[in-house]
Amino acid sequence: MAAKEPQLDYRKYVLAAAATAVIAVYVLRLFTLQLTSDDYKLRADSNALMKRIQFPARGAITDRNGELLVYNQPAYDIMVVMNEATDIDTLDLCESLGIDRQWFDRRMAEIKNTRGYSRHTQQLFMSQLSVEEFSNFQEKLFRFPGFYIQKRSIRQYTSPHAGHILGDIGEVSPADIEDDPYYQSGDYIGKQGVERSYEQQLRGIKGSEILLRDVKGRIKGRYQDGRFDQQPIPGKNLTLSIDLNLQKLGERLMHGKLGSIVAIEPATGEVLCMVSSPTFDPRTMVGRQRGRQHKALAADPMKPLINRSIAGLYPPGSTFKTSQALTFLQEGIITPDTRFPCSHGFHFRGLKVGCHGHGSPWPLVPSIGTSCNAYFCWGLYHMFGNREHYHSTQEAMTRWKDYMVSMGFGYKLGVDLPGEKRGLIPNAEFYDKAYRGSWSGLTVISISIGQGEVLLTPLQIANLGATIANRGWFITPHVVKEIQDTPLDTLYTHRRYTMASAANYEVVVQGMRQAVTGGTCRSANTTMYEVCGKTGTAQNRGHDHSVFMGFAPMHNPKIAVAVYVENGGWGATFGVPIGALIMEQYINGHLTEASQAKAETIENKVIAYGTYDR
Amino acid sequence: MDWLTILLYVILLAIGWMSICGACYDYGETPNLFALSTRSGMQIVWIGTSMLLGAVILLLDDRIYDTFAYIIFALLLALLIATPFLAHDIKGSHSWIKIGPFSLQSAEFAKFATALAIAKFMSSYGFQLQGSWRNFLICCAFIFTPMVLIIMQKETGSALVYFSFFLMLYREGMPGSILFAGIAAVAYVVVGLRYADQQVLGDTTSLGTLLVLAIIHVFVAALLIVYTSPKTSDIQRLGEQRTAAVAFRQTMTATLLLTPLAAATIMGADYVMAHIADISPATQAFAQKNFGTDILPFDAALPLTVVLVALALRLIWIGFASHIYRYAYIALFALGSMAVFFSAHTMLDHLAEHQRTRVQVLLGLKDDPKGAGYNVIQAQIAIGSGGLEGKGFLNGTQTKLKYVPEQETDFIFCTVGEEQGFIGSAAVLGLFLLLLLRLIHLAERQTTDFGRIYIYCVFSIFLFHVVINVGMVLGLMPVIGIPLPFFSYGGSSLWGFTILLFIALRIDAARPMK
Repeated sequence: MAAKEPQLDYRKYVLAAAATAVIAVYVLRLFTLQLTSDDYKLRADSNALMKRIQFPARGAITDRNGELLVYNQPAYDIMVVMNEATDIDTLDLCESLGIDRQWFDRRMAEIKNTRGYSRHTQQLFMSQLSVEEFSNFQEKLFRFPGFYIQKRSIRQYTSPHAGHILGDIGEVSPADIEDDPYYQSGDYIGKQGVERSYEQQLRGIKGSEILLRDVKGRIKGRYQDGRFDQQPIPGKNLTLSIDLNLQKLGERLMHGKLGSIVAIEPATGEVLCMVSSPTFDPRTMVGRQRGRQHKALAADPMKPLINRSIAGLYPPGSTFKTSQALTFLQEGIITPDTRFPCSHGFHFRGLKVGCHGHGSPWPLVPSIGTSCNAYFCWGLYHMFGNREHYHSTQEAMTRWKDYMVSMGFGYKLGVDLPGEKRGLIPNAEFYDKAYRGSWSGLTVISISIGQGEVLLTPLQIANLGATIANRGWFITPHVVKEIQDTPLDTLYTHRRYTMASAANYEVVVQGMRQAVTGGTCRSANTTMYEVCGKTGTAQNRGHDHSVFMGFAPMHNPKIAVAVYVENGGWGATFGVPIGALIMEQYINGHLTEASQAKAETIENKVIAYGTYDR
Repeated sequence: MDWLTILLYVILLAIGWMSICGACYDYGETPNLFALSTRSGMQIVWIGTSMLLGAVILLLDDRIYDTFAYIIFALLLALLIATPFLAHDIKGSHSWIKIGPFSLQSAEFAKFATALAIAKFMSSYGFQLQGSWRNFLICCAFIFTPMVLIIMQKETGSALVYFSFFLMLYREGMPGSILFAGIAAVAYVVVGLRYADQQVLGDTTSLGTLLVLAIIHVFVAALLIVYTSPKTSDIQRLGEQRTAAVAFRQTMTATLLLTPLAAATIMGADYVMAHIADISPATQAFAQKNFGTDILPFDAALPLTVVLVALALRLIWIGFASHIYRYAYIALFALGSMAVFFSAHTMLDHLAEHQRTRVQVLLGLKDDPKGAGYNVIQAQIAIGSGGLEGKGFLNGTQTKLKYVPEQETDFIFCTVGEEQGFIGSAAVLGLFLLLLLRLIHLAERQTTDFGRIYIYCVFSIFLFHVVINVGMVLGLMPVIGIPLPFFSYGGSSLWGFTILLFIALRIDAARPMK
């Protein structure tokens, strides 16, 4: 037996040192891998963890009486996992889903060509099945391995009305995603109406669940039994201030006409109805057909997508005289007893603004009642020419403009709907530019009768009515009365006072009352309540626009309304009867038989519009 | 009886089984870790039978191993020869013999047989390893015979394990230079291929070649310094030749150290020039010139090669003239190093496609997460995501969701890393180190050469398995498919390791007390 060589003894230390050194290096390597960087952890997470978004239910929308307008309907998508769906009776499946074999084959081929296709994960086979179709299929589902159901929801509208107010939802645009990182491609967002303006409240908050995904993309369960999952928070329900019946009636009355009806509850600023004609059926703006439908509406020369109530700019015509009376009274240019001559109009230094025949000279109240053009022309002339009050025409103009702005003109009122326009109230600079500084009250005299450069939206006209009804203040008009569990924006709860006093408003109310009892709005008169009103016949390139602004009852008013019928002729032709019917419907909750007949007549009247550009 | 080793064995088996549970447990299913249909359940069977096997070995007379060593070796060789004919093709490998419902891998059992046989041979009367080339070559024959047979089964990984016997041979007196030469050869191949495609000095020179030549220069210089210090015996033996040899030794060492330094300087200058263009117009004009093409318009590896070859030839001449043959050996080392390196590419071409890819992936030549490097990257993600404390038993996501391939077998250490974290995986490595050091201790306390040599064989085999397997999972070693002892799933390897270890324990228990 060979003896152990003592001179080799050191080699056991070499071997032990080598083993220790290698293990030490490995521990160091473990240290760098596991403790010095989060990178591997993040990569592991992106490998194995899949965040699945859980969509909250979008808030429902009801009218002011609790009538359901918009809700979510469950819809069902049928999903397929290709490598599991190998052994199915295709004929049976087609029969159960009501599709034919060709469709099936084509769809399966399409799925395989989609980007990111995996045969181990669920692929969309058919989308948005109704409950009936689904329940039919569900009974047989066990026979089709590899086919799954995924619940979704689609927006449903109960009626064809109020399309402009309700609006619609559609897939988010890249710009939306950039504005708000909450959204991801494929999400839905409000596009028009309250769906857009109350998007934040309606959408709720998305939840998420973290799932474990294996190397083939299959879901293997919840990560840590759902400890990090977040439940979605459902969207808030909205109660509109709209009265569905009133809205319905308004849309009926505007049939075949272009224009708008806006009704406001003066005490609250709540919009009771907001008709823009032509309108569209919100039920057609749902799901896959939305794109096609939207395109067709956008191409329509009558522009049904535009909400004329807030985006239509119109000369207010004689309804504007009320605001002039208030300005002149408040500025001390006139008193209620001030009389101005009218001989079929305003004749001064070769300038003529026509008027219809009536007695003269009259004080303010009957001048409002008969809608005397001359009275308000004189008023403006005296105001702009008054060098005791104002140093210059410009200063007078600025003062005048301030009154108009205080009444909600010239700027957006701030209604809770997207797309509101501000209208146009000219100021001194405007005319300085237009007339190179050489202008006077006479130059701009037509603004006193709501013509010329002045442009208002029907909402602003209705708000003028509400302000007069309130004798000097208004609350910013809004279409949403209540948001579930959330107070309204203070903008919609605070009174905004105009520059004119309540006493002066009372005078204008008297004038508007006289217009109904013995002036231009006689057909609106009724024994049921005291109506106040003011007609307008706005001149424009084509046939005159028919305008009405009014409120009722005279004391403690419940409703203020503005009606604007494009090319409808005299204010009394369409404006007054439509306004009267709206007030009756709202105050009484129904129409009398005579009114029913009147409504039908108006509904059947169709105004022929040319195809000229509007 | 060495109870400490048995304790380590049991602890490692327990952690190993937990890792198998983690690796084969599937989410979404009720975990039934003991069902025989699962790998964790089957592993319990393997663990149970292994312990039984260990007990039987401990009960048997220790002398049978010494006595029947050659017979066992011959039987196993016969089995290895027969295996490819009996085996089924499993993933291109012909190493599995089906016995009833089980498949056994004969290569796993050849290790202990080889260890026994080589221990018996080396402990025979009058055996001397040092200074006997004949004995060394016979030892090599013991090692390479099963190795070749296993390569024929297309189990290259298992075959490479037999190189570990050289560690034992080193302990038993094999010149360290052989071990050094072997390790140096591996270093040349690894470094050379790792940087082979990287060009420096204006695309004239391969960085890999340059680096390897520099390493050879340094190695040769180091050998000269260590092994050719003038000894009194040399001085007595030599006359004027001595003076020349000693003088040349100094010149040579200086040259060998200076040339790589020069190469490094040139590369540094080249790098600087490539980055000074932005500083000023003057430097920009200068930087237009390219060191490689304008100043050194040839392969920079060439002068290094010429210097090395010239010096090596001169060394041989001096060695023979002065009869200090160490000079000649060092020269041979230098020339051999170059031969090994320059045939590396050719060697690579002769490897199987998947092995070539594995080597290239390891060296970073291929960086393709979804390709061949996928295993290694996923393994590191799994381990790296474990953090300090790990994700907990059965909570690993990477391993559970099958991101790591071969996770029950070759990549089992991933599960430890992911579920037990740094603390757990470092502890496992610590346990292995403890076992290895314990084996050295056991070997050194043997009173018989047979016992010592056998236990050193066991030590070497375990060391090789742990170093290669864990190194592979950590991305530090090539992907060589060999199991991690006591962890990787499978009956054959567990039985193989158990037999190896328990024979060592049996021999230790029976050691004659002095």
